[in-house]
Amino acid sequence: MPVRSTVESTIVQVAAEHNKSLPPLTDNLPLLESGLDSLCLAVVVARLEDGLGVDPFSAAEGVVLPVTIGDFVELYENATR
Amino acid sequence: MKTQRVERPCLRALVLRAGDAAARFIADEATRLDLSVVAGVAARPSVERLRGKTVLLALARQVDTAAALIELDGVARRIVLWPHDLPIGRMDGVIKAAEVDFAISVWPPLEPDSGDGVFTIRAAPGPEEIDPPASEWVLFTSGTAGQPKMVVHTLDSLAGHLFSDAPPAMGPIWCTFYDIRRYGGLQILLRALIGPGSLVLSCPDETPGMFLARAAAAGATHFLGTPSHWRRALMTEEAGRISPAYVRLSGEVADQMILDKLRQSYGHARIVHAFASTEAGLAFEVADGEAGFPAALVSQPGAAADLRILGHALQVRSRRNAIGYLDKRINAIPDAEGFVDTGDIVELRGDRYYFAGRRDGTVNVGGQKVHPEEVEAVINQHPAVEMSLVSARASPITGAIVVADVVCRPPGTAPSASPADSARAMQSDIRDFCRARLAAHKVPAAIRIVPRLDIAPSGKLVRMRA
Repeated sequence: MPVRSTVESTIVQVAAEHNKSLPPLTDNLPLLESGLDSLCLAVVVARLEDGLGVDPFSAAEGVVLPVTIGDFVELYENATR
Repeated sequence: MKTQRVERPCLRALVLRAGDAAARFIADEATRLDLSVVAGVAARPSVERLRGKTVLLALARQVDTAAALIELDGVARRIVLWPHDLPIGRMDGVIKAAEVDFAISVWPPLEPDSGDGVFTIRAAPGPEEIDPPASEWVLFTSGTAGQPKMVVHTLDSLAGHLFSDAPPAMGPIWCTFYDIRRYGGLQILLRALIGPGSLVLSCPDETPGMFLARAAAAGATHFLGTPSHWRRALMTEEAGRISPAYVRLSGEVADQMILDKLRQSYGHARIVHAFASTEAGLAFEVADGEAGFPAALVSQPGAAADLRILGHALQVRSRRNAIGYLDKRINAIPDAEGFVDTGDIVELRGDRYYFAGRRDGTVNVGGQKVHPEEVEAVINQHPAVEMSLVSARASPITGAIVVADVVCRPPGTAPSASPADSARAMQSDIRDFCRARLAAHKVPAAIRIVPRLDIAPSGKLVRMRA
């Protein structure tokens, strides 16, 4: 599965588990206005670490914290490249 | 319990003395509280009735709580600060344990005869005590598996270090993600009130972006929060709209990543991380931008607090220590030598100490505490589970997150699905099982099905404590 679909389906799944309703996921949607709270986001990052084998946040330097869904997906795309 | 060390003016007098109250405010999303109004009013009859009594403040809004504290310090015998996130079902127990005379859910309190019943519970009448020597402030420790502990402070232990005969003419506008009904947030409130300064407070229904935009508009320059608050804040566009002179982190371990990110984002700010707890008060502040704290701070004369490391745990002795737990059956804090044990394990690497988890294994998920044993007890109730081990995994978002290793019982009937599919189904089933029985932050974010778990010779699970 492409990284983008894995990331997006994980977001959708975690949101459903936490009873959060999500707007349609677009690249410009700010991550923290998507309806995910920080606990959801932490769960998404933990699941992706298991699923994709990477934690892009742990890179020693140069990580720009994602602001939008697009930034978030890109972070994982770059980390798995 | 120790007696009050030094006679201090009450909070209202300190607010008035601290400079131009008319120019100072406490604001949330909907309300701007002018400090001259609160601090200047003559004692209201409804408040006067609370003299010498124990008052439980269970107000919905932080701004009202601030107003009530200004009016009640020096009037009430004991003020119990009900945290907004405690289950309401616990209130009866608290009223009994703290010997509460009045529980108040609106401020200013209505007269009891006003007839609408809002001026709430009148518990067993307490002893008449006119002009208590100093009001006791009772704070709750952050959530644990059992009843949260009630910790007794006074204005002196909470803010004695801020008292000064000649306060500066005007302090900064503070902004905090913390709630003022717990120790961290209360410290900022008192700093703003006595400092003197102003304070911008968050509201539960605001996104971090909305809050930062409001703080920027109010001219806030001093920003405080946990590392998790800051990680979240830096993931908003609005993070670029504030230009802080001072950024402070406490309440969780500040890792190098968040310190570096803050430095990158706010090059001109003084960035400080601090360690404090409800029981110990402030232990230290570090401003060199590095995680951990210099070993030289331990046994350093003249520091804010005396620090010592005993059995790898950080212990703190200072005049900012709490006076004790309200429940006298819990071991006295501080100990005979005056030290408060924080329960936080530190390890020395080079000339610096780094935090390495809690002695009791408590996991801190974005400021909310989780006992692994509580989660294990739930997982182990699942009919297909043999045993489980719950631990912490580092999270870039919440500092830590709960994960579980689970050993399943041998399947009775052969499942038709492949082993991978049945593992996935089991993970999701255990997750649903936990979600129905535990608060969201306690549900394991990741579950691994493992063939076995190590058992120590003592018969206990081997816990990999950091």
